[in-house]
Amino acid sequence: MSWQVFAQSLLFGIFVGGLYGLAAVGLSLVFGVMKMLNVAHGELLMLGGYATFWFFSLYHIDPFLSLLPSAFILFVIGMGLYKGLFSPLSKLHEEVKIKNSLLIGFGLSLIFHNLAIRLWTADERSVSVIYSGWGFSLFGLRFPFIRFSGLVLATIVILALHQFLTKTYFGKAIRATTENWESAALMGINIEKTSMISFGFGAALAAMAGTIVSVGYAIHPAMGLEWTLKALIVVVLAGLGNIGGAFFAGVLLGAVESVSTLFVGPYMEVVGLVIFLLVLELKPQGLFGKSIA
Amino acid sequence: MLEIEKINVSYGDLQALWDVVFEVNQKEIVALIGPNGAGKTTTLKSVSGLLRPFAGEIKFEGVEVGKMQIHKRVEMGISLVPEGRGLFPGMTVLENLELGAFTAKGRSSKEETLKQVYGLFPILEKRKKQAAGTLSGGEQQMLAIGRGLMSKPKLLLFDEPSWGLSPLLSKVIYEVIGQINSSGVTILLIEQNVRIALELAKRAYIIENGRIVNQGDSQNMLNDQHLREAYLGTESV
Repeated sequence: MSWQVFAQSLLFGIFVGGLYGLAAVGLSLVFGVMKMLNVAHGELLMLGGYATFWFFSLYHIDPFLSLLPSAFILFVIGMGLYKGLFSPLSKLHEEVKIKNSLLIGFGLSLIFHNLAIRLWTADERSVSVIYSGWGFSLFGLRFPFIRFSGLVLATIVILALHQFLTKTYFGKAIRATTENWESAALMGINIEKTSMISFGFGAALAAMAGTIVSVGYAIHPAMGLEWTLKALIVVVLAGLGNIGGAFFAGVLLGAVESVSTLFVGPYMEVVGLVIFLLVLELKPQGLFGKSIA
Repeated sequence: MLEIEKINVSYGDLQALWDVVFEVNQKEIVALIGPNGAGKTTTLKSVSGLLRPFAGEIKFEGVEVGKMQIHKRVEMGISLVPEGRGLFPGMTVLENLELGAFTAKGRSSKEETLKQVYGLFPILEKRKKQAAGTLSGGEQQMLAIGRGLMSKPKLLLFDEPSWGLSPLLSKVIYEVIGQINSSGVTILLIEQNVRIALELAKRAYIIENGRIVNQGDSQNMLNDQHLREAYLGTESV
């Protein structure tokens, strides 16, 4: 195998890994603030992808422009889901809370999956813009324009999120709630409102990932579970609730999966899961997590 | 200022407070003392809103707050320096202080209060970029108190301020609590270190098994024979 094949696989892996990271960051944010696991996260990503697809098909809006409206729609849907379904769990004990959030999430994922088939059929769809085939070569490596800009976009979104979480008062309130919600409440932070908006942000981040998937790859109603699993693996790799680490862990998983295709072919998913198990076994606090005392 | 009227609090089926009654007047320092598990922390949690009594009333400046959400009570001027400090360990000292000033009132006077807090605890200014989790125990308690002050509270609640501190540091912390009180903040504190609490507070209540069993002037309590035997050991004061 030439180094070029290897490097090209690595590059494509990093492109898709940026999306794993983006999907995982949303899941991690929600888990951090609420200590709830939203297993319908992949379905929110799917809905975001469809929003972008329909913006393009019906109104010919460029997917990179409809990114924000799609994210906004999912932001609102996310806040509604929190208010209607997840908020009542927030008063429960931590263990019961996480179990119940799993049940609600599974229910939601079934509903969204079937609703999507019903509304939009099970066909695989993708947004094909004029610049779909564009790209450039560097050091003999192929950089498809859309996948490359997808990674750039994902990076920008993560950096913006990081700025928001570290520089603004509300962002700090989100981090404080993640670290210790009781103390956060004692600071005068409205936990219910913070949770609702964080859930909205989580959904909006999923929608952005879904948008990029709909252009660079393809979307279909059954894609949710697959993306939830990727995001879960990445979140565990990074350490639960570690928002910054989730992006790097996503890129890492994408790269490892892609490169391992060269050696084990279709079993590449297994490699990701093996890493997942190894990390759980050897460093349960995650690659970038601090040990929990 | 604060009137607790016959509150009853339970954790599930386990009742922790029974008809607890006491009051704190403006500018006072009141101590609530008693053995481990008597209901001291439960009482403070009920006042701050972390727990809600199933019966009875909590009145703050004449307003019933017993069913109000925690953040609303902070906005009204009740601030708690919690048991074990409850800092945000991964965030910097400055971020912890800024979060203390999260309410509209706190935010509008943030810079000014920050100066006061740095005046009380100069070490916090030196450590402001450091993660709160890396501070020593004494510094963490200073940060917790400073953070509690950032909301400009009218009533400051302390849960075991001497917890985990050396006698010398406890003394320093208690002197600062006295200073905070002289600047006009009303104080309710609970403490297992009975002597240090009674020496600072004007009045005290004793709580045992979830009931208030005695109350009075701190000085009298320090001289009370039964109390000395029960809480202060037999040494003379």
